[in-house]
Amino acid sequence: MELFELTIHELHELLKNREVSSVEATKSLLSRIEAVEGKVKSFITVTPEEALKNADEADRRIAAGEIDLLTGIPLALKDIFLTKGITTTCASRILSNFIPPYDATATERLKERGMVLLGKLNQDEFAMGSSTETSWFGKTRNPWNLDCIPGGSSGGSAAAVAARQATATLGTDTGGSIRQPAAHCGCVGLKPTYGRVSRYGVIAFASSLDQVGPLTRDVTDCAIMLGAVAGYDPKDSTSVDTPVPDYLKALTGDARGLRIGLPREYFIEGLDPDVKKAMDGAIATFRSLGAEFVEMSLPHTDYATAVYYLIATAEASSNLARYDGVRFGYRNQDARGLLDMYMVSRDEGFGAEVKRRIMLGTYALSSGYYDAYYLKAQKVRTLIMQDFIKAFESLDLILTPVAPTPAFRLGEKSDDPLQMYLSDIFTIPVNLAGTCGISVPAGFSADGRPIGLQLIGRHFGEETVLRAAHAFEQATEWHKKKAQIA
Amino acid sequence: MKLTREQVEHVARLARLELTEEEKDLFTGQLDGILAYVDKLNELDTAGIQPTSHAVPMENAFREDVVAPSIGLENALANAPDRSESFFRVPKVIE
Repeated sequence: MELFELTIHELHELLKNREVSSVEATKSLLSRIEAVEGKVKSFITVTPEEALKNADEADRRIAAGEIDLLTGIPLALKDIFLTKGITTTCASRILSNFIPPYDATATERLKERGMVLLGKLNQDEFAMGSSTETSWFGKTRNPWNLDCIPGGSSGGSAAAVAARQATATLGTDTGGSIRQPAAHCGCVGLKPTYGRVSRYGVIAFASSLDQVGPLTRDVTDCAIMLGAVAGYDPKDSTSVDTPVPDYLKALTGDARGLRIGLPREYFIEGLDPDVKKAMDGAIATFRSLGAEFVEMSLPHTDYATAVYYLIATAEASSNLARYDGVRFGYRNQDARGLLDMYMVSRDEGFGAEVKRRIMLGTYALSSGYYDAYYLKAQKVRTLIMQDFIKAFESLDLILTPVAPTPAFRLGEKSDDPLQMYLSDIFTIPVNLAGTCGISVPAGFSADGRPIGLQLIGRHFGEETVLRAAHAFEQATEWHKKKAQIA
Repeated sequence: MKLTREQVEHVARLARLELTEEEKDLFTGQLDGILAYVDKLNELDTAGIQPTSHAVPMENAFREDVVAPSIGLENALANAPDRSESFFRVPKVIE
């Protein structure tokens, strides 16, 4: 088998036993990128020189007997993570020439463990989108069906894993941006609990919702990546100072006695029949593993998308005020004065979806509308959160689909922002409640597009989520299928 | 209609966005549709409900006030679209 096909834990065994070098593994991934990138377009920037330098350094560490699970493993990062000295664009024209002077904490933690950085991955501009179609640098394709979107906003992170262009990747999730592309591309994607992973050096979209997480080939790799980036960071005052457990130890293969909720608001009329079938199959698998199911309700689910598009856009309008053409980023050089420079630089630097959200958020926060929109949304957010807290008093997990349909076709929803927003109805509530959720491969549509299963856990319940996801994975073959890129 | 073209122009000014005429037309229609959708929140009585601004209960995050290295002048200015000595340079403020 080619080295680019391997998971982190498989490649680690070979590196540890000196059967292959990190340089050999890195060359295998780089040639894979070269072979399929023209079709998939997962990357904004590929960094072969950096990668080979990192690999050489990793090989020296390994030779000296210093090996971590990630030492010498070729990874790639969503282009929202600052990487010192390597262009970081957030898929926006306004940051197209931005070279960060420092690393994000997540970048730094992976570097300390000896990762090989292959490059920076495509996404929706400022992580605003569900299809990776809003990137200034072009559209990423779904490796399983090149006419379909890979999902978004971490579409490049999911496509690169599915196309075996990176052993694993990092993404960010504000309303589903890790889980939905993971589901559409047939990989594993975890949104950890709010506060579990530092956001320092991660370009901000909606600060009360954004969270960092891994996209991987299997659940074991997901546990490894989470363990590497999780933990308190004095540079992010929202990171929580709770000890990081050994997530690999949680993977016992045992799902007996787990009490899993099935919220009726997620199993609605109009759910795609292939998705419904996959969920029925997953429930049967969990039953055979000894898990117990409870029908239940999350009564405020139907309001989550409306709450999300007020809170996320309000926070975004404030976070994106920093792009003014003064200290970094794009500037229109012909402006007549300072105000004109701000206004023209921002109009030319941001794409349509970003401007639409800044406008909506500015409106929701503006004088006379704040109480009716922003404050109202924050109150309904409390109700949504209470739904989950109450549910977890008697449940270990909640099982739902990740998305109502498999990946849709490119362009299908580009002209209708509201339809695009509604593709995240099953993932958004988890961000509003601040809990954790994973997407695991759970089947395919009749025409071969992957379908994902979502397991939602309580606050800091990552171990239970990973344990159940791993037990499901051990009992199924879905994660072993590989996209044939044609 | 919840939103007029004049309101869109006003909000664009607040957001420091010089929208084109086509963008103003497009956003007026699209934002109006989105606002009509979010109106469903008014179906819920939220009297007495505390707003949530943060998903995890959290007190103020204090730290010791100690001097630590920062990124430095050259790093801070390295991405400047225009600079002059140790300053960011911008077009004139007073017409």
